[in-house]
Amino acid sequence: MNPAIVNPGAAPIATTFFFYFLAAAAILSGLVVITRRNAVHSALALIVTLLSVAGLYLMLYAPFVAGVQIIVYAGGIMVLFLFVIMLVNIEVTVKDRQFNRIWPIGLVASCLLLTIFIGAYSKGKSLLLDRATQLPEAVNTQAIAGYLYGDAGHMGQYTFAFEIASLLLLVAILGAVIMTKKKI
Amino acid sequence: MNALMSYLDPRVTATPGSAGNELWALIYVFVIFAGVAVIVLSMNWLERKALAHFQIRLGPMRVGPHGLLQPIADALKLMTKEDIVPADADEVVFRFAPVIGLLAAFTVYIVIPFGPSQAVTDMNIGILFMLGVSSLGVLGIVTAGWSSNSHYPLIGALRSSAQIISYEVAMGLAVVSALLMTSLNAQGTGTLSMIGIVQAQQQQHIWFVFKFFPLGFIALIIFAIAMVAETNRAPFDLPEAESELTAGFHTEYSGLRWSLFMLAEYAAMIAVSSIAVTLWLGGWMHPFPNWLNGPTWEFIFSLFPGLTFGGLALIAFIGTARMPSHPYFKIQRAGLAIFAVFLGFLALLLLAIAVAGHANDASIAARCREGVDNIYWFMLKVAVFMYLFIWYRATWPRYRFDQLMKVGWKVLLPISLGVLIVTAIVGVIFG
Repeated sequence: MNPAIVNPGAAPIATTFFFYFLAAAAILSGLVVITRRNAVHSALALIVTLLSVAGLYLMLYAPFVAGVQIIVYAGGIMVLFLFVIMLVNIEVTVKDRQFNRIWPIGLVASCLLLTIFIGAYSKGKSLLLDRATQLPEAVNTQAIAGYLYGDAGHMGQYTFAFEIASLLLLVAILGAVIMTKKKI
Repeated sequence: MNALMSYLDPRVTATPGSAGNELWALIYVFVIFAGVAVIVLSMNWLERKALAHFQIRLGPMRVGPHGLLQPIADALKLMTKEDIVPADADEVVFRFAPVIGLLAAFTVYIVIPFGPSQAVTDMNIGILFMLGVSSLGVLGIVTAGWSSNSHYPLIGALRSSAQIISYEVAMGLAVVSALLMTSLNAQGTGTLSMIGIVQAQQQQHIWFVFKFFPLGFIALIIFAIAMVAETNRAPFDLPEAESELTAGFHTEYSGLRWSLFMLAEYAAMIAVSSIAVTLWLGGWMHPFPNWLNGPTWEFIFSLFPGLTFGGLALIAFIGTARMPSHPYFKIQRAGLAIFAVFLGFLALLLLAIAVAGHANDASIAARCREGVDNIYWFMLKVAVFMYLFIWYRATWPRYRFDQLMKVGWKVLLPISLGVLIVTAIVGVIFG
């Protein structure tokens, strides 16, 4: 690569304004997800949430994670979600009352999550491990590849976990095929 | 002021995005937006003319000489038409759907590399970003089809989402096999950055379409088929198959919102074509960069943009001269003459830049010449793909939906997987 003459006095574009903007977008659209009765509106709001979280990943200098978030969640899974929801008769579901009774469990889980958030906010430095070395953006993606597949720098310490996860996905795919096909 | 002047310095070789120069990034964004809008208008005219001539018709002839002003007339008509929202439609989603498609189609332009520094920004995850954001375009189609609350649009939306998700798999695998090639140079570092991919082809002295022949070529063919399906163009235009679904997902749309769908479709076509050009056809490089290099060849290639516009001006002049001498054609004749003079002026300007840049290597003219060259060759390659889109539409009948799925999953996917595996093996052995 040819050495680029960078504009002098270039300030980072990732300012705190963008953080608050993305965080507010994520929270507000998250609220929309759980308050709408129309499932399609909820799904669309969830896409906004996922995209704002992708923006937050970008601000954390994790561009690869952000890109994968957009491709896999916003572009792939949510489209399939919408595909299924569109076939449901919305008018019936809008009138239906919620029929499951799991809100106490949900309350407990969200309280636990809130405790973690408060803990991380008040004494994050001591509570969480502070070993994340900030990689420059240019080698970030390569570093992920190194951790997953191994190279001189990172020895591929997560190769096994990665392969196990892919095996899990394979089992899920096989299960889906077996359930839909009567005869194989 | 300093930020504004900085990009007029011929030594700056970074994109405004990676240099952190918001002002010039914004200028680039506006230039690209205007350029794409003009290209979409002219593509509209070209498509109608080319299709007409394929079918031995004349096509638009009335508005302007040879119908040149037809797209502008159409745009005016669409803008003044009533914007109808069906009574039972989900109004918010219905109004917002075309905007989603348009946003997705235009956002990808910020990483398209028209040259080593002629891009809005150079992202570390460029190609991933492009594929991801362009796959969001299907959300516009799906929401449009659902919110219309009508049968044809819903079927069109369902077809579209199934089709795009199916072809995205083969497309992604073809892209990965090209990305593998970037990592198989001597340094062993791959890249996802769009500019980095072209620079890898520069370093390896080979366009990836010819690398490990025929592996790169097969990957390009798979991508070229998948991108037609991704953009819902004939012969894969089942989401808007007019003989079955009236107009598919945009049946209920009218006026400006309908034209936003058209704009998004053409913008997406240009975007996927430029992915193909970047990954396999050497991006901004002129043909045969290995054999025909050196200052003399550089000079000859830099004359091409000027000569192209000169040729267009010549055609326009011939058209002016051949216009019938009836008074009815007086205004048309004057208009075409002005257009020809404008094109000729542009041609002279480009030729002047080429000559001045050749005379002095370090001048601003040299940098302008380089920029013009890069953009010209990139756009020329994209234009070939755009013409292919029209050609496909005129040549092939539409697929049936089960055939479409069969081609996607049972033909393209296995071939692209095979190409990927063989590329990896060949790369490890010979790379």
